[in-house]
Amino acid sequence: MSEMDEVVGEFLVESYENLDQLDADLLMLERDPSARDTLARIFRTVHTIKGTCGFLGFSTLERVSHAGENLLSLLRDGELAVDHEIADALLALTDALRGMLRRIETEGDEGADTHEELIATLVRLQQRADDAADAAEPSDSAADAAAPSVEAAAEGVPETLVDAVAGAPEVPAGDPPPADAPPPPPPLGQMLIEKGLVKPDDVTFAVHEQQLGDPRRLGEILVDQGAVDQKDLDEALASQKGASLAESTVRVDVGVLDSLMTLVGELVLARNQVLQFTSESDDAALIATSQRLNLITSELQESVMKTRLQAVGSVWNRFPRIVRDLAHGVGKQARIEMEGEDTELDRTIIEAIKDPLTHLVRNAVDHGIETPERRVAVGKPAEGRILLRAYHEGGHVNIEMADDGAGMDPDRIRAKAVEKGLLSVDAAARLSDREAINLIFAPGFSTAEQVTNVSGRGVGMDVVKTNIEQIGGSIDVAAELGRGTTITIKIPLTLAIIPALTVTCRGERYAIPQVSLLELVRLQGDQAARGIELVHGAPVHRLRGRLLPLVYLDEQLHGAREAADDVVNIVVLQAGGCRFGLVVDRVNDTQEIVVKPLGAQLKSVATYAGATIMGDGRVALILDVLGLAERAGLLAAGREPTADLVEGMSSESLADRERLLLVGVGDDRRCAIPLDEVARLEEFPADRVERAGHDEVVQYRGRILPLVRLSAALGVPGGIDGEDLSVVVVGDGEQAVGVVVDSVLDIVEERLTVESHQDRHGMRGSAVIAGRVTDVVDLVGLLGLTPSTAALSAAPTGA
Amino acid sequence: MSDERQYATFLVDDLYLGVEATQVQEVIRYQEMTPVPLAPPTVAGLINLRGEIVTAVDLRGRLDLPPPEDGRLPMNVVLTTGDGAVSLLVDEIGDVLDVAGDTFEAPPETLRGAARDLIIGAHKLDGRLLLLLDTERAISVAPAA
Repeated sequence: MSEMDEVVGEFLVESYENLDQLDADLLMLERDPSARDTLARIFRTVHTIKGTCGFLGFSTLERVSHAGENLLSLLRDGELAVDHEIADALLALTDALRGMLRRIETEGDEGADTHEELIATLVRLQQRADDAADAAEPSDSAADAAAPSVEAAAEGVPETLVDAVAGAPEVPAGDPPPADAPPPPPPLGQMLIEKGLVKPDDVTFAVHEQQLGDPRRLGEILVDQGAVDQKDLDEALASQKGASLAESTVRVDVGVLDSLMTLVGELVLARNQVLQFTSESDDAALIATSQRLNLITSELQESVMKTRLQAVGSVWNRFPRIVRDLAHGVGKQARIEMEGEDTELDRTIIEAIKDPLTHLVRNAVDHGIETPERRVAVGKPAEGRILLRAYHEGGHVNIEMADDGAGMDPDRIRAKAVEKGLLSVDAAARLSDREAINLIFAPGFSTAEQVTNVSGRGVGMDVVKTNIEQIGGSIDVAAELGRGTTITIKIPLTLAIIPALTVTCRGERYAIPQVSLLELVRLQGDQAARGIELVHGAPVHRLRGRLLPLVYLDEQLHGAREAADDVVNIVVLQAGGCRFGLVVDRVNDTQEIVVKPLGAQLKSVATYAGATIMGDGRVALILDVLGLAERAGLLAAGREPTADLVEGMSSESLADRERLLLVGVGDDRRCAIPLDEVARLEEFPADRVERAGHDEVVQYRGRILPLVRLSAALGVPGGIDGEDLSVVVVGDGEQAVGVVVDSVLDIVEERLTVESHQDRHGMRGSAVIAGRVTDVVDLVGLLGLTPSTAALSAAPTGA
Repeated sequence: MSDERQYATFLVDDLYLGVEATQVQEVIRYQEMTPVPLAPPTVAGLINLRGEIVTAVDLRGRLDLPPPEDGRLPMNVVLTTGDGAVSLLVDEIGDVLDVAGDTFEAPPETLRGAARDLIIGAHKLDGRLLLLLDTERAISVAPAA
């Protein structure tokens, strides 16, 4: 019995996958009714399901899929054309099949519904073929007719033929494929018939020829007869080979992968401990071995993480169907296009973005895309278009959803925000259009009917935003009135291992996830005393002209603040749309940490997101930045963040400004590097610099990082030897390059007016930033100068 | 009720306590702990048990007993629970005993306070009483506490 369960289980898994593909194929077919490949694939899928469920004794399932198969065979033979009604019926068929499969999964039977109505519809649609061409024979599938002759052919045929007929004579239509193996590729003759390339009679004839002793292969006979093109034949043969590729993949229980991931986490920790011990040793062999362990562990970690990755397409493949049904429901025309479906993400994240994405897609159809009449009136095509795009960028995955609908009116959103008491009239007026549109994510802004009144967008958008932020992602919206809306979601690749900053508070270390981290500010001596001001008792710091509310970690955790000494370390954090500075005793370093859950005893403490084990084996708590902000009362104020955002803004909008990292080079030269291109700031001891050819390199996260000295590029003396190197890591992964500077000064947000000089490679020119003349670095130009980076694009630098 | 059961025993203050041996994953000496600010007061901290993060519950605190006067370090009795391992901090580890079921009796009416909630009953052994601890209650530390 359990063996039977296993067979049924595999049948279910396979059929679910096939049905997802079926949905997509049917939509494609509706768009392009002449797509024979697609039609053939649909036919095969339904055919396989029919065969298997007959074998397993699911009679209703068999009857329904049989009715569908009959209709499909008429379509395939060109006796019927796909139209809207047929597409609807076939989609209803996949729904019915899916429903029954689910029922089998949960209850073990097909359920009482015999789907008579659907079967009747499917049969009725077949009648149309009979009516249209009254000579047409009743529905039995062409493959059924053809297959027996192919089968017959395989018996007692010279061996040379067998490979042409794929050596699989036991797969006549209607029989189930063996349930414990992927179905073997269909025989060539059957494939050609399904694709509509040859007539069944031709194949029967060719097979007959072979039986009479014709030494040629089946395909050759067909080509010689002129029944099929050589090109079509080659394609068919290629896809026949491709089918057997399925055998090189293995299904693995997710639980196994999860435990593998946990074990690798342990290994990473053990590796960290070993590295710490060996750093105190001077046994060369031991050091070499531990470095090797280090590299292997990193690679293993990466590979195991990859096994848990899933293509984002596994969530997206339901969207075409959702868009179609929803659009029909509200009398609109819309289609969804997808790019980068094969972009991979950890499965926990895939799960987490499913609902928010679905919500956004529904929103786009429901409210973004206009009615066809309206679209035509404003000169757009009647059919609205939604583009879904996913791509990797710097350790993150970006998902972009753009529609060409009505967009949003920032003025109406401003008005609505004022009306709802979220902002004062004054504050609303000062918001840039982009900021105004982002108000749709504000809690309390969007409830269904009010927002539909404003612009028709934003239903439950705060929930979407919260969901995305819970997995360490961020979301942004841009819209142009009348032209469309683009929503960009940025999410991390995995949740299990994250980069984090460790800080110390009262002798205990805490980890802060790097996604929440904006920057670090250190106030010393005089600054420490003057840098913190009080607004009605609440401490704030003026950060580049904007007031940053301060939260003291020891006060939050221990209820009291210890006497401050002459250094104040502020970690600037962002959570839930609110920016604040967390004051800690000491800022340590950044590292990759393995996130571990806390026990049930601590679930009620919202301040922690989990715990991790540090290199020395001690446990450190991971701070939940959102929970901390809530505890400090920053979010309770609700409206403040946006108001605060408005506070420091001058007339120019933020979008026009550029964020720059200011660095010092040589004695008193200043350079600015666009912050968008900076991956990390690191310090390396000078003795870690090694040489590769003529270039300086360091080992960095298991890779070789080429170094470029900014002073050399500028042609100024620089670089204090024998001390730590300040390195600005730009780019990521294999493209990363370390730019060596003498000091890191500040991060500024400036509107750049660059005066360019001639013949200064690697520099965009000079600008006055923070009151001083500063060279603005052109990274592309700069990195193009050095031989190592030229080689970079050619050869991977990975270990 | 005459079947024999195996108990892991330990001392907290002058209480001689026991839990069913099958519930005990292991017994280990004092481990360095990371305190958890804002947690319920009976959560003593987190320990790293071969890569697993285990919450240590202060059993003295749960029983409303004061911290030990001599300041000695507690031992860990690590229990297996449905929600991962949890450690009970105790003063001293005792033997594993086979105890006959018929020596069991419900707790005396005079037992009061926190102990009343956590102690299921007593086995009357020669010369001393072995108190059975309700582990589920012992490790559930309500934030309201």
